[in-house]
Amino acid sequence: MSDQINDSRRNFLSKAAVAGSITIAPGVFLHQTAQAKPDEQAVSNSTRWGMLIDTDKCAKGCTGCVDACNNEHALTGFDRPESDAQYIRKVSLVEKQTGHEISLPLMCQHCEKPPCVDVCPTGASMKREDGIVLVDKHICIGCRYCMMACPYKARSFVHEKIEDQTLSAPRGKGTVESCTMCTHRVDKDGIPACVEACTEDDHNAMTFGDLNDPDSAISQELKKHGGKQIRADLQLNTGVRYRGL
Amino acid sequence: MKKIEYTKIKGHSVPYFGLLGGLGFMILLGLLATWYMEHNGHYVTGMTNQIVWGMPHVFAIFLIVAASGALNVASIASVFGKKIYDPLSRLSALLSIALLAGGLVVLLLDLGRPDRLIVAITKYNFKSIFAWNIILYTGFFAIVGAYIWMMMDHNMYKFKKKVGLLAFVWRLILTTGTGSIFGFLVARSAYDAALMAPMFIVMSFGFGLAIFILVLMAAYNWTDRELGDAVVARLRSLLGVFVAASLYFTIVYHITNLYITEHHGVEKFILMDGGIYTNLFWFGQVLIGGLIPLALIYAPFVRTCRKTLGLISTMIIIGGMCQVYVIVIGGQAYPMEIFPGYEVSSSFFDGMVNKYSPSLPEIILGISGMAVSLLLVTFAIKALAFLPSSLADSAVDPHAAK
Amino acid sequence: MTKRFLQLSLILTGLIMLFPLQGMAETPFPTIHEPEGAGVKCVVEDEDVMRRNHMDYIQHQRDKTMREGIRAESDGSYSLSKCIDCHVEANDQGVVPTHNDKEHFCVACHEYAAVQIDCFQCHADRPQKFIKRAAKDMGGE
Repeated sequence: MSDQINDSRRNFLSKAAVAGSITIAPGVFLHQTAQAKPDEQAVSNSTRWGMLIDTDKCAKGCTGCVDACNNEHALTGFDRPESDAQYIRKVSLVEKQTGHEISLPLMCQHCEKPPCVDVCPTGASMKREDGIVLVDKHICIGCRYCMMACPYKARSFVHEKIEDQTLSAPRGKGTVESCTMCTHRVDKDGIPACVEACTEDDHNAMTFGDLNDPDSAISQELKKHGGKQIRADLQLNTGVRYRGL
Repeated sequence: MKKIEYTKIKGHSVPYFGLLGGLGFMILLGLLATWYMEHNGHYVTGMTNQIVWGMPHVFAIFLIVAASGALNVASIASVFGKKIYDPLSRLSALLSIALLAGGLVVLLLDLGRPDRLIVAITKYNFKSIFAWNIILYTGFFAIVGAYIWMMMDHNMYKFKKKVGLLAFVWRLILTTGTGSIFGFLVARSAYDAALMAPMFIVMSFGFGLAIFILVLMAAYNWTDRELGDAVVARLRSLLGVFVAASLYFTIVYHITNLYITEHHGVEKFILMDGGIYTNLFWFGQVLIGGLIPLALIYAPFVRTCRKTLGLISTMIIIGGMCQVYVIVIGGQAYPMEIFPGYEVSSSFFDGMVNKYSPSLPEIILGISGMAVSLLLVTFAIKALAFLPSSLADSAVDPHAAK
Repeated sequence: MTKRFLQLSLILTGLIMLFPLQGMAETPFPTIHEPEGAGVKCVVEDEDVMRRNHMDYIQHQRDKTMREGIRAESDGSYSLSKCIDCHVEANDQGVVPTHNDKEHFCVACHEYAAVQIDCFQCHADRPQKFIKRAAKDMGGE
């Protein structure tokens, strides 16, 4: 009888040890890969990319982030501001009651529950596993319903024939586009062009990082100071957060 | 009551071929306009990143909404058993298919990538109401096509009621889907209302019946067939009910919005200082599309005047176009409330009323959609027996003792 | 009457069938620009395999890159930009063909085969080093 109890206890302990190591091992493995994604590996939802924008540090007349983005993606303008594409724009706010002024850059907010993804009839508007919201222009039919649905007016429609595209932004007439959070940079451990420009100019208003990693700079900032979502009432859980709003 | 005889129209006359030719020419212009817009890109249109849906969508949505309403007459006959509408069922079903086809043609030709139509009908995101609409529209063609078959084929006549019921339910779902395209959008203050779907259904009643009355009167007038007062009077009073219902929904929609503080901005815009949108709302939608038709329908001294009925139907159509224009374009013109409580300005036209002036290619494309619908009807009534040879009182009215 | 009718239709059909022959005589086989440099062999697959299947490789790769973020730059995968880097070069006059020119690597064959491609509606049709962008074109003010 005592042998039976010993046996079952032994069995239980060995199984628990195996189960425990299986549980812990991926965590060890994942922690390593979170630092560098090889090209052949798919993105995963262990990472969630996000941005934090400190509006107090954002200067009113400065368009560093906008210029960097336009350069990075060859967003050539046609002198038609109403139909030229804008991935990111500077917005000036004046609070009606108090007169308080704020300046901030506004781009695709990379929501966790994007309305644009819900409404796209073909599924071209998509969210990657790592939280970046994109347009798969291979299947975009140019219906512009996502543009109607986006609460941040983040998307642009390409109104004319495009030539000489860059590698980072294949873009063409008749499809919809928006901020891609520079996936071509981010997938190679880089940071988006706008954040880089803001940091290089020493304004440091924009931070980029992994929201799922509690040790990342952005997570710690958010934990300390909080970060508001624009149109928080819609409960979209945006990946881009703002301080000073 | 004699058995109704359906006959094809002769369609030999010069005016008939002239009509076909004129409509065909309009369609040709529409195709040219489409080529121009698609080849150069949408910058040649009035649509921009601020007003993304323009005149083509106004026409398309009007036609699609009217399509489902045009089926009403057939449904009242088959589903609700009102025998006097039975002879009109075939034309009603034909018109609904034709209007839907016209609306879809406009919608599809305005796409940024119309060459990707195959993608649109093979890749579906089932969370999207737009994707559901594509399924609902194609299903509508199939079901109403079957319905017409049931009506025309003696052997299938016994299934008419069942297919008619299916068509009735399907078109309710379809129009709910069309209204939900707007109702599901949380982003814009003018939409984002559960009321959009039933409002579209009631709008469809009025638009569809007005177009049906015009087509019916024209067809019978131009082919020298008799159209009795019994039928016309019934259609006329039905129209009055629909117009009144539509006005009711408009009132409810706006009063509800006026109670919601966060929607006061857009209400003030539409009702007061939206410029063209305010004018189109009050003069177009309410006055021309609602109050004047109601007054004329119930005025005793014009009760039997067919010309007045034609005028009333035309006014309802104009008012309906204005209503769709205010919904589609007015809703986009009003700036999105991204930062409530703040004055907003940016290089992307945030915080300001967006300008839109429809370009000629867009308008031509929209009109050509209507031409497609009318051409389909004009051709079909010659190809098949859709029209009863006589709709005189003695032929249709089960209670006519005269 | 039937016999004459049959004779006439046979002659007509014969005449009509001559047209394609004439057409074939006028369509030249395209000159496919062979890339110079290391190997002169497709680094990814053999020439006959690529000719038949390149569209499947490209389309499969695009979904992997787009949806899963699997970047195609490492060896052995089917990166469109890598194909273009090798296959689109300057000609003897130093001019690099664009997708509007018949001499472009992809266009030459596709125009002959009458298969429309729309890759270059969005993707750059020649290596980035040949694309000159004026600084003033940048910026969406």
